[in-house]
Amino acid sequence: MNTPEYDLVIIGAGPAGMSAATTASSHGLKVAILDEQTAPGGQIYRSISSPAIADESILGADYYHGRALLSAMRYAGVDYFPSSSVWTVSSELFISFSREGKSSKIQAKKLLIATGAQERPVPFLGWTLPGVMTCGAAQILLKSSGLTPAGPLVLAGSGPLLLLIAAQLNRAGVEIEAILDTTPKGRYLKSIRHLPGALRNLPLLLKGLGLLTELKRAGIRYINNAEQLKALPDDTGLLTKLQYKTDESTETLNCKTLLVHQGVVPNVQLTRALQLEHQWDELQQCWKPTLDSWGESSQTGIFVAGDSSGIAGARAAEYMGELTAQRIAQQLDKLSQETLLLQTAKTGRLLQQQQAIRPFLDAMYQPADEFLKPSDETLVCRCEEVTAGQIRSMVAQGCTGPNQTKAFSRAGMGPCQGRLCGLTVAQIIADERQVPVSEVGYYQIRTPIKPLTIGELADLAE
Amino acid sequence: MPNALPFERLPTNNAEWVTVYIEGQPVKVRQGDSAAAAVLAAGLQPSRTTVVSGSGRTPYCLMGVCFECLLQIDGVENVQGCMTPAREGMQIMSQKQARQLNDSNPSTLKPDDLKNSHIKKEGTVV
Repeated sequence: MNTPEYDLVIIGAGPAGMSAATTASSHGLKVAILDEQTAPGGQIYRSISSPAIADESILGADYYHGRALLSAMRYAGVDYFPSSSVWTVSSELFISFSREGKSSKIQAKKLLIATGAQERPVPFLGWTLPGVMTCGAAQILLKSSGLTPAGPLVLAGSGPLLLLIAAQLNRAGVEIEAILDTTPKGRYLKSIRHLPGALRNLPLLLKGLGLLTELKRAGIRYINNAEQLKALPDDTGLLTKLQYKTDESTETLNCKTLLVHQGVVPNVQLTRALQLEHQWDELQQCWKPTLDSWGESSQTGIFVAGDSSGIAGARAAEYMGELTAQRIAQQLDKLSQETLLLQTAKTGRLLQQQQAIRPFLDAMYQPADEFLKPSDETLVCRCEEVTAGQIRSMVAQGCTGPNQTKAFSRAGMGPCQGRLCGLTVAQIIADERQVPVSEVGYYQIRTPIKPLTIGELADLAE
Repeated sequence: MPNALPFERLPTNNAEWVTVYIEGQPVKVRQGDSAAAAVLAAGLQPSRTTVVSGSGRTPYCLMGVCFECLLQIDGVENVQGCMTPAREGMQIMSQKQARQLNDSNPSTLKPDDLKNSHIKKEGTVV
């Protein structure tokens, strides 16, 4: 069987993937997109080809901007593979993926990883209870199904998405009992030195302030400096109450649904599995692949763009995708170095403007310590049910990194393959050992990065 | 079956509606809903119990990352509900702890195979 060959294979059809595909195609490159979702858009423009909600004012204009990216990609004549989970990439850029229970393989001259972000794990007591879910999950339900969470509803966390989803649910007529802002005190002061940069992206800054005003006007109870979250179950094990602490007292709220959020982090599962070089981002408190200014990784021919290269948001991802695709076209002799610089100057400036606000946002919304290094009784590995205390005691017994605690406790060995505990475990170990997280490292991620059936593996037998 | 408050549906754009069976009960869901969205719409809580302690869980991230939405779909266990589009007639059951070895697929396993595998508890092969 002949393996189909492409000039460029892109993994992920969010803003970075879509804009890269369009740009590369305009230079005459043969492009394929492998998308794990059933339709293009990524998470930010999820279901943009057929949005569920009739009333477009609920999600707002920024969401529907995705339509422009989608129609451009459709005109470009890209081979789009939906429901396709990539599970391994060889050093010769043979890419193996599963689609509806069958495995296939394609080959790329250049590979662009645009797998986006995932929500940062938010460990606290009771975060595994039925009824607790992420703000991102609630937004996905809105976009693709028009579903709104069961009440009473409480939101807790920190960051722009918390405010955005609260505003969207409020516009949809959903009653919100309270928003608990866990941003620690003193963050405004800490982030203020980054304000000049943020002012370079005034529209986004104003949008954030607008959301706060919108929520205040709606009369939603907004509780600042909430700490020590504890979700409590009823007799049947379902979420029924949220306990929290403020300066004055310990309070409880009734809730059937609790939406949590502590920002997003790059999805590094694939870049890790390919053993690309990574670095620790102290301000964003996460790992990201080490890239040159065009997005090329430590392995020649493999590029990373969008939030999987470091969190910068949807617009930045769109610009990065375009820039990276231009560079790839130049490497494949479709344009000269000179033309490349000319053609990318404007987009480069737009990207810098988007990135200028990040230090301000990152300093402001860095998660509180209780979520980065949770209390001993808190589960950190949801799959294998390992607590922070167990990790700490393993460090006391001499474990120096996440791969050792994994071997001893199975933390990181469950079906999520460490996606929901990797950051927390590394940070706990670093804290106990009093060394930087970069010294502690991360799980050794191995392929397949998604569960496979034996049948899917057998498909590839020659 | 459903024992908790369901998620509610806003007015949506036109689309096909399909009937799925959640723990045997028919539930109408919108084309484009995932199996995980369907169990939330039906109020099935918990939708799985954990392998280690048997504690209840429901979908958490809905973007293919957390694996909390594992369900039994059309007889296949441990399927990621959020990555599986709902289809007419789909049979969705909650995932009870580890995958069970059942005799619905006897051709793949002979009695001798069982002797050689590591049996954690009756009926479960790991």
